Amino acid sequence: MTTRQVGDVTVIDVVGRITLGEGASAFRDAIRELAANGKKKLLLNLAEVSYIDSSGIGEMVSGFTTVTNQGGAVKLLNLTKRVRDLLQITKLYTVFEVFDDEAAAVRSFS
Amino acid sequence: MTLVLESTLESVDIAEERVLSEAAQAGFDEDQQHHIGMSVRECMVNAVVHGNRYNARKKVTVSISRSAERLEVIIADEGEGFDMSNLPDPLADENLLRHSGRGLLLMQAFMDEFQIRPHHPRGTEVRMVKYLGKNNQ
Repeated sequence: MTTRQVGDVTVIDVVGRITLGEGASAFRDAIRELAANGKKKLLLNLAEVSYIDSSGIGEMVSGFTTVTNQGGAVKLLNLTKRVRDLLQITKLYTVFEVFDDEAAAVRSFS
Repeated sequence: MTLVLESTLESVDIAEERVLSEAAQAGFDEDQQHHIGMSVRECMVNAVVHGNRYNARKKVTVSISRSAERLEVIIADEGEGFDMSNLPDPLADENLLRHSGRGLLLMQAFMDEFQIRPHHPRGTEVRMVKYLGKNNQ
């Protein structure tokens, strides 16, 4: 997982599995650290996420809640079909803003 | 085939791997295998974490059987059991932002048959079936 700054938006390029255990913990810690450091415009690029389970979804939701409660926003970019399916099944499509284009996603924060 | 596994997260990987091996041999496609694997993973996490609560004296039993038409997986823990009717609906608006509680929903979405019942003498048993040729997602 790496982060990069595009203007005032922090893009988090998530790679691999977000499942119960190390994957979900690392994901949670990264979001919390960014929020603690005042990064409140977070764009999660999930293009390289191979697997996400309900624990991973839970961490995404927790991150969303944490940042939103601080006046920020968490949005999603480049969902794979599998992650898209998960968001539909869990109705989280109604919670997260989802983008396929990074520039458009970054613009949406302003 | 029956596996008797420890109440650890390593057992989650073992069960998923064994079931996926059977699913591949049965002829399920890649997406179906993903759904089966994820359902087993979610069920095993429930059994280890919520059922047996990582208790080293309690086991998780995984029974896998397959025919030309279907794959059946039964996962039983030795926990205290629970009442499904008491679980919050993860799709209700007021629950959408809850951290947990989506595992059963995913299993039900991904498998063709899903049943949950008390396991004798104690614990919870989940039975899941996936049919070849059906695609519920």
